[in-house]
Amino acid sequence: MAIATSGFLFGLGLAISGMTNPAKVVGFLDIAGDWDPSLILVMVAGLGVSVPSFHFILKQKQPLLTKQFFLPTRNDLDGKLITGAALFGVGWGIGGYCPGPALAALVSLNTNVILFCGAMLAGMVIHHFLMEK
Amino acid sequence: MENFTPISAIMGGLLIGTGAMLTLWTNGRIAGISGILSGAMFPKQQGTLWRLLFIAGLLLGGAVSAIASGGLEVITQASPLMTVIAGLLVGFGTRMGSGCTSGHGICGIARFSQPSFVATGTFMLAGFITVYLERHV
Repeated sequence: MAIATSGFLFGLGLAISGMTNPAKVVGFLDIAGDWDPSLILVMVAGLGVSVPSFHFILKQKQPLLTKQFFLPTRNDLDGKLITGAALFGVGWGIGGYCPGPALAALVSLNTNVILFCGAMLAGMVIHHFLMEK
Repeated sequence: MENFTPISAIMGGLLIGTGAMLTLWTNGRIAGISGILSGAMFPKQQGTLWRLLFIAGLLLGGAVSAIASGGLEVITQASPLMTVIAGLLVGFGTRMGSGCTSGHGICGIARFSQPSFVATGTFMLAGFITVYLERHV
């Protein structure tokens, strides 16, 4: 229940922030045009909660409902990280969607959203079979 | 800056941060959407259920917001072909780069993870450049 509530708040936040609308996201990325800085505030407000709360939570011995924290173990700053992030950024700029907002916007049943999500899952599947053994 | 919506941006950001906080606090997990999605498709260790529950909650969040506001505004400019290319790049790139806006941008930076700072800077810059090339060149 707790984890579904987390997802719910996350999805609600994505929708309220306007990130479920690609035009809003591209408006933020278009710094040379009619720039819309709203997404900076989304990030700042999000970090305003996550930075102090993560600091406090990670000092606890364990989470409330599980025995341990599951944190990323890879901490290497390599070409894959940068290339992957760059490819993602190009796709973000073209489509106006990152993964969370695209999923949250599925309820609109907009054809482009469905196409985007299908292709995004396909991209993950391709990565899985090409890059992970 | 006529499209600037500071109040809804801050409210949305607070909710996103709270969702990430609860995910870590209750289940000890990082609320990175690309990782949750691919982890649900290709389970490596225990934990398909929490991923599916998180995704179900996320979808419900979008749905409730849509109902409350009389429908989500979704304005897309990309053609169907470009949309598919964008989706492939986002899916592939977020896995190759081990995260997206949520995992690196909100959770990774909150852990002061150096790779997350670099990844966030990189995808932001790539997004700025892409839109610049599309609209102004």
